[in-house]
Amino acid sequence: MAMAIRAFLLLFVLFLSSMKPSFSLYEDQVGLMDWHQKYIGKVKQAVFHTQKTGRKRVVVSTEENVIASLDLRHGDIFWRHVLGSDDAIDGIDIALGKYVITLSSNGSILRAWNLPDGQMVWESSLQGIKPSKSISSVPANLKVDKDNVILVFGKGGLHAVSSIDGEVLWKKDFVAESVEVQQIFQPLGSDVVYAVGSDASSQFHVYQINVKNGELLRHNAATFPGGFSGELVLVSTDILVGLDSATRSNLVTINFRDGEISFQQTYVSNLVGDSSGTAALLPSKLPGIFAIKTNALVIFIRVTSEGKLELVGKINDPAVFSDALLISEGHQVFALLQHGDGKIHLSVKPVHDWSSDLLKESTVMDQQWGLVHKIFINNYIRTDRSNGFRALIVMEDHSLLLLQQGEIVWRREDGLASIVDVTTSELPVEKDGVSVAKVEENLFEWLKGHMLKLKGTLMLASPEDVAAIQGMRLKSSEKSKMTRDHNGFRKLLIVLTRAGKLFALHTGDGRVVWSLLLPLLRNSEACENPTGLNIYQWQIPHHHAMDENPSVLIVGRCGRSSNAPAVLSFVDTYTGKEINSFRLTHSVVQVIPLPITDSTEQRLHLIIDVDHHAYLYPRTSEAISRFQLEFSNVYWYSVDRDNGFIKGHVLKGNCIQKLADEFCYDSKDIWSIVFPSDSEKIIAAVTRKLNEVVHTQAKVIDQDVMYKYVSKNLLFVATVPPKASGEIGTATPEESWLVVYLIDTVTGRVLHRMTHHGSQGPVHAVFSENWVVYHYFNLRAHRYEMSVVEIYDQSRADNKDVLKLVLGKHNLTSPISSYSRPEIVTKSQSYFFTHSVKAIAVTSTAKGITSKHLLIGTIGDQVLSLDKRYLDPRRSVNPTQAEREEGIIPLTDSLPIIPQSYVTHALMVEGLRGIVTIPAKLESTALVFVHGVDLFYTRIAPSRTYDSLTDDFSYALLLITIVALIGAIFVTWVLSENKELRDKWR
Amino acid sequence: MASSLRSNPIVLVLFLEMCFTLISSSLAISHSSGDGYTIHGRVKIPSIGSKGYGLPGKISNIKVILNGGHKITFLRPDGFFSFHNVPAGTHLIEVAAIGYFFSPVRVDVSARNPGKVQAALTENRRGLNEFVLEPLSEEQYYEIREPFSIMSVVKSPMGLMVGFMLIVVFLMPKLVENMDPEEMRRAQEEMRNQGVPSIANLLPGAGRSN
Repeated sequence: MAMAIRAFLLLFVLFLSSMKPSFSLYEDQVGLMDWHQKYIGKVKQAVFHTQKTGRKRVVVSTEENVIASLDLRHGDIFWRHVLGSDDAIDGIDIALGKYVITLSSNGSILRAWNLPDGQMVWESSLQGIKPSKSISSVPANLKVDKDNVILVFGKGGLHAVSSIDGEVLWKKDFVAESVEVQQIFQPLGSDVVYAVGSDASSQFHVYQINVKNGELLRHNAATFPGGFSGELVLVSTDILVGLDSATRSNLVTINFRDGEISFQQTYVSNLVGDSSGTAALLPSKLPGIFAIKTNALVIFIRVTSEGKLELVGKINDPAVFSDALLISEGHQVFALLQHGDGKIHLSVKPVHDWSSDLLKESTVMDQQWGLVHKIFINNYIRTDRSNGFRALIVMEDHSLLLLQQGEIVWRREDGLASIVDVTTSELPVEKDGVSVAKVEENLFEWLKGHMLKLKGTLMLASPEDVAAIQGMRLKSSEKSKMTRDHNGFRKLLIVLTRAGKLFALHTGDGRVVWSLLLPLLRNSEACENPTGLNIYQWQIPHHHAMDENPSVLIVGRCGRSSNAPAVLSFVDTYTGKEINSFRLTHSVVQVIPLPITDSTEQRLHLIIDVDHHAYLYPRTSEAISRFQLEFSNVYWYSVDRDNGFIKGHVLKGNCIQKLADEFCYDSKDIWSIVFPSDSEKIIAAVTRKLNEVVHTQAKVIDQDVMYKYVSKNLLFVATVPPKASGEIGTATPEESWLVVYLIDTVTGRVLHRMTHHGSQGPVHAVFSENWVVYHYFNLRAHRYEMSVVEIYDQSRADNKDVLKLVLGKHNLTSPISSYSRPEIVTKSQSYFFTHSVKAIAVTSTAKGITSKHLLIGTIGDQVLSLDKRYLDPRRSVNPTQAEREEGIIPLTDSLPIIPQSYVTHALMVEGLRGIVTIPAKLESTALVFVHGVDLFYTRIAPSRTYDSLTDDFSYALLLITIVALIGAIFVTWVLSENKELRDKWR
Repeated sequence: MASSLRSNPIVLVLFLEMCFTLISSSLAISHSSGDGYTIHGRVKIPSIGSKGYGLPGKISNIKVILNGGHKITFLRPDGFFSFHNVPAGTHLIEVAAIGYFFSPVRVDVSARNPGKVQAALTENRRGLNEFVLEPLSEEQYYEIREPFSIMSVVKSPMGLMVGFMLIVVFLMPKLVENMDPEEMRRAQEEMRNQGVPSIANLLPGAGRSN
């Protein structure tokens, strides 16, 4: 009863707070409970721009398809653009000293950006039929008065593009010749462009083209038997070096001086001596020198003008080198970087003289940053007119750092731009209580702060006061403490990045508390191309095992295919240290966290491999004994999108294998749903979050109780015809339809099926409690739609009869089983929604009492908070009085977009990929973490903070009021005494 | 919100006229030799339009998105954009700009008669003669802080407390004055007998109702 009253009161409160955008922010509240971090991703290419006095900058392109201009002094972003997801950047350069030129989409789009502010100046599309390798070349000798031509090879043709307006001046196609062009280059000061490459019949071609008009001046070809393996490296203007494809241990020097092509072969072993195995040619841009990599060495080889090869130097393998940098007329240098005993050793050498070093520096590097992956160098003139060098270094964990004079000037944690998975961890409990002295010491400050706030409320504050208030609120040390707080706002966000690095971010201010480069997710001989997959909460100590630290489980695999062996790693979330790690013999396709924990609060997990074997972790006998109790209750399903079926599985018994493994179980299929491959293709499958809490099991509808069908074993599946599975515009409304299913994953029973004619994907869906909301495209209206399906349980509807309840003839106590045939009713409704959507999530709170909001990541990289009540299937044009009292909003055909309800307010989370909501301890509040290229965190209260005072609550005003009231009491007391006295005298 | 609803039809009409005179030849779709068509268009934001390109920081961050993220392009300084290699069919173009609300645009690229443009805003089904996209409204992401007013203080819990106190102190005695003096005396005597603190003597009405 007390429960019901509480719920009723809450509902009342919710109703009071309704009809207003419940997420709204004043401008001066920005940064109080949210933070936003901007990243760019792993740098692929960098071009320095430091010639002019003024701002020194470096322009970079990254693997997240970002083009950005960074401040060389601090590493801040001047400007940044995130290109489309399939618009990968192939090359960048600076033209005319004021434009950044980018070539993207496999050499089909050329864009110029204004260097100071990042405004796009022109865009040019390069036409061609054949996809091919793309190369861009901005001739270095561009002068402003000359015709400024950018040479681009892409889509099987050579294009000359004017750098002023992006107009294609001429085009030379190589499609007819079917030549794979490997290099284009223009010797300094010449009007001839060379395009060299080979074709399928291992012919080697050299084209000479007039740069002015694209006229073919000369074409030579010669056959090299066997052909080349991989890339060719240009060593000088008339010599190329390649590896033959037959043995891969034979270096081929191609000399094409004066149009005569000659080949010359040298065995790697002849040069190096004891080299065994194959060699790989490293891409380089060094005049006269190239580098090869054999098993553990990087070998530099010089090509003399006669075409002879001679060994220059050998260094141990984890080493990188930069392209050549011209520091003065005819004087070129390059940087070489090696690892050694926790340090990196940078040396800058002239290209023609290996033995001398212009610079030799050692810098201590953090072990957690991994190896150096790339280096770019730049020079500056010191005060004594000698050359100084700065190096931009890309590390294994995707971070970017600038090295100058042996010091790290700045470092950017750009691995955070590619987050794979997110989970959370609690912070340690504060051990000793807050001492009284500390409070007293701060009392004056506290009062002063509140007086300032009061002045702010009463609009009496001067501008300095306002600034002081703002500063005080922003840097409140309370929110960034390293201990658990009463409201559950302070947590650690544990994120796994694509580089295989784990970060713990503090929710208070977003700082990195610790980071760990997982050793098993690093590229090595034993494990090539490792990929991190997911993070799971392994151990959340409470009750018993309070002294243990919480830990997380990271699941990954060696290699990209799903049958690659799995790796597991266990990390302590307080210290950030790896507790344990395993390389498994089996693969991983699915990880099932079981609702069982052992005596140390370790959660049991089942890992399913490609062959449908299930492996139990942790591998302890206690885990087995606990698991045996629930053995027959473990069901799971698998979705095969390619073949179009969904299967349900159950455990059968221990594995029948040669090696007895008591932690391995065989499984059998208990049901399967096969979709016709010619008419239905699975495009989305969504289920409920495992940790979701549902508070009220029933809902009052038209003064009648409806029971929610709350089952964790429901799966939402959406299918479209294969023809309509492409993007918008490829299918007509007649040939496209969207079918949605609700499937019970234990029995495989289809509970509900619905067809949306003339609609197509992409489908983004979210499943919560007893409803599912999905977003798709309606081709007939040519607008996006969002539909809601609510599921109610009809079999429990009889329980409303009080008489039956009294007589005990109800089925409330009968066990709920998936095998009992459910009688369900669904209610659904569709609404238009304006924007494309990248991700949808729903707020989750600690007890599930607070009303739900949908968090919609729009195509504009903003996150909109939309009240679930707008997606109520019972909305009608004219709600009755009773319905209005329930909070039903009158029907509109489209969902409202209220700018104040963007949780990201005026910020963008560029490249948005995922939205994660975490319940706080305070029931009214949910924590929201949005990741993409940028990170954004905030906390929202879907029904306003009904259970706590807001941050800007003025305690000082309260105090003053109390003081005033007490004062008034005394004054009136004195007055009353006087009056009484006077009365007595009368 | 109120400001955002101020969609300015006059400016819009004027603007369209201006466009007709300036770029009446701006064709929206052109056929190209490659495997598709090119869609040309223009994004105009009134404040930027009136100042030339006075807000380069803002215009450079506007993205134009084709078919829900399949292709993304950016604006040139004059607001023009183009999509290349677009196949024939019906497409959707969205404009993402912080601070402005743009309606998605339905664009029909016809294979039969190339060069024919059909574009319509999907929000209000308004056809576009010229392919010029303008924001439907400005978006205000923050609540406007209301200036300090006496009412807000009065309405706050503390204000209510003080208000109640004042009412009790100053209005109750007035009410008491209108009471029957005999009844009042009786009440006061009763109270004295009970030994209620003297402050309660001021509130005979309240004392009586207990």
